[in-house]
Amino acid sequence: MTTSTATVATPKAGGHTGRKPMSDRSSAENRLGQKLVAPAVIVMLLVTAWPMLQALYLSMFRYRLTTPNDKEFIWFSNYGTVLGDSLFWKDTVNTVIIMVVTVAVELVIGFAFAMVMHRIVFARGAIRTSILIPYGIITVVSAYSWQFAFSINNGYVNSWFSWLPWVSADTNWFGSHWPAMFAIMVSEIWKTTPFMSLLLLAGLAQISEDMIEAARVDGATWWQRLWKVVLPNMRAAIMVAVLFRALDAFRIFDNIFVMTRGAQDTESSSFLTYRQVINQFQLGLGSALSVLLFLTVLLLAWLIVKLFRVDLAQARGES
Amino acid sequence: MNERRNKIATWVGFIIILVWCLLPVVWIMSLSFKGPGETAAGSPHFLPQHWTIQNYRDVLGFGSVTPGQENTNNDFLAALRNSFGIAAISTFLSVIFATLAAYAIARLDFRGKRFVLSLALAIAMFPVVALVGPLFDLWRTLHLFNTWPGLIIPYMSFTLPLAIWTLSAFFREIPWEMEQAAQVDGATSWQAFRKVIVPLAAPGVFTAAILTFFFAWNEFVLALSLTSTTASRTVPAQLSFFVGPDPFNPPYGLLATASVVVTIPIIIIVLLFQRKIVAGLTSGAVKG
Repeated sequence: MTTSTATVATPKAGGHTGRKPMSDRSSAENRLGQKLVAPAVIVMLLVTAWPMLQALYLSMFRYRLTTPNDKEFIWFSNYGTVLGDSLFWKDTVNTVIIMVVTVAVELVIGFAFAMVMHRIVFARGAIRTSILIPYGIITVVSAYSWQFAFSINNGYVNSWFSWLPWVSADTNWFGSHWPAMFAIMVSEIWKTTPFMSLLLLAGLAQISEDMIEAARVDGATWWQRLWKVVLPNMRAAIMVAVLFRALDAFRIFDNIFVMTRGAQDTESSSFLTYRQVINQFQLGLGSALSVLLFLTVLLLAWLIVKLFRVDLAQARGES
Repeated sequence: MNERRNKIATWVGFIIILVWCLLPVVWIMSLSFKGPGETAAGSPHFLPQHWTIQNYRDVLGFGSVTPGQENTNNDFLAALRNSFGIAAISTFLSVIFATLAAYAIARLDFRGKRFVLSLALAIAMFPVVALVGPLFDLWRTLHLFNTWPGLIIPYMSFTLPLAIWTLSAFFREIPWEMEQAAQVDGATSWQAFRKVIVPLAAPGVFTAAILTFFFAWNEFVLALSLTSTTASRTVPAQLSFFVGPDPFNPPYGLLATASVVVTIPIIIIVLLFQRKIVAGLTSGAVKG
């Protein structure tokens, strides 16, 4: 599709003597294409690349907004300060735990949802509508809804789940580390599973029914068909979903801000960066954190792509 | 036998999905109808014991507002205005830019196409919070701090990737030969574009607009960091500051009511356009 206009153009241009490396028509097309993408590229770069360079620059200064005259070039000591601080590592571990647990749970639940949506023959509109509500809802609202659900005096979780040995009427979910992390992860999982299941549904829809039928005729059980036929054939969809959700989960901020404000050591890397810059006005140190966060996300993306050999170009229909 | 078991499993799955998706929404709706007396005393009941719409009066500012809550609704209504304005303007601009770019990507051959696509992908994964510091500094110098453009500009850059991916996937599916066919049949180029291409492209553009609007409506980190007053603070940021005098006893009913009010537009959009949204979310992501 992308080359169709060029191939249409060549016979006309190629009728004359010799073949120039680029005909007038294709160089005009080249210019038009670049003109059309220019506004979008400029806007995207303006707000990301430029501030990121700014962050790189600021990260080498001791610079606090409350004492602007004390601005001093200190090379990489901000990075030393950050990397030598146990809080940074604790928050990184929290973030990684949240990322791994939520993505793993979402993958399982999301796949189950996708199977139901794939099979269902009735009420497709109703199911699509309800699955899109968590996707569309404001994360802050989701966080409030779950915070209130887990609330000690106004929530329903304690009364509905009091049959579990570790839940009673006065379980304080936000009083200690793991229960608070659990509540945060529940909100995150609730809100983002639908997105995961829609991506997986699109993957499921591309598997030919004949292949599954053939496996059934050959006597494969449901479980074998799932592991030997269905899952391997939707690898691209699974990996795209994991890549996007993992990087998204790594940036978790909203749920933590609303539910605990970082209390009970539930702070994430994003939250730490935000707190340094906005609450403490530590622009130098905060910028160092920003750069580190950016590098971590790059590294994660690279790792996921390499580990699972995600061919994004292929998955996106670009050849 | 097997057929029947499958059917039952699908039904059970259907009900689980409905409960999963709707329970937290029903819960905040239920909370929004509980009076302040009921939540202050603590109530383990899911549904209100005494239904009241006083919270809606206090949040939206109609009828008899509880004394002392006048500022609540002023701030909230200002935040609603900001959210609608900022989300609408960034959606409009972002979709225009994305349409131009996606048309070029789907239809034209030009140098740097891969670069644009990779850049869009990189920005889709960008940690927004990393920009808070430098943007905070830059926006204060440029007097963009706490203004609408101060949020609209970054919202455009962060929604462009999704819009470009979605739209270029849509545009690739359009049978562009039809434009030439119309011209052969005697239509002018403008007529061919207007009568043939626009109707084919419109659903894609519209879907991209919905997804962009959702992002801008939902965005929290930048709204929190780059605003300071009701002049530009959007709903998510306003909600998070809406704690009331006692941090250990938040105004459950008011927060739930405000949450319900800001969820209603989402529910309406989803009800009307669910098919398009699903197509848009998945078209860019998984293509064989």
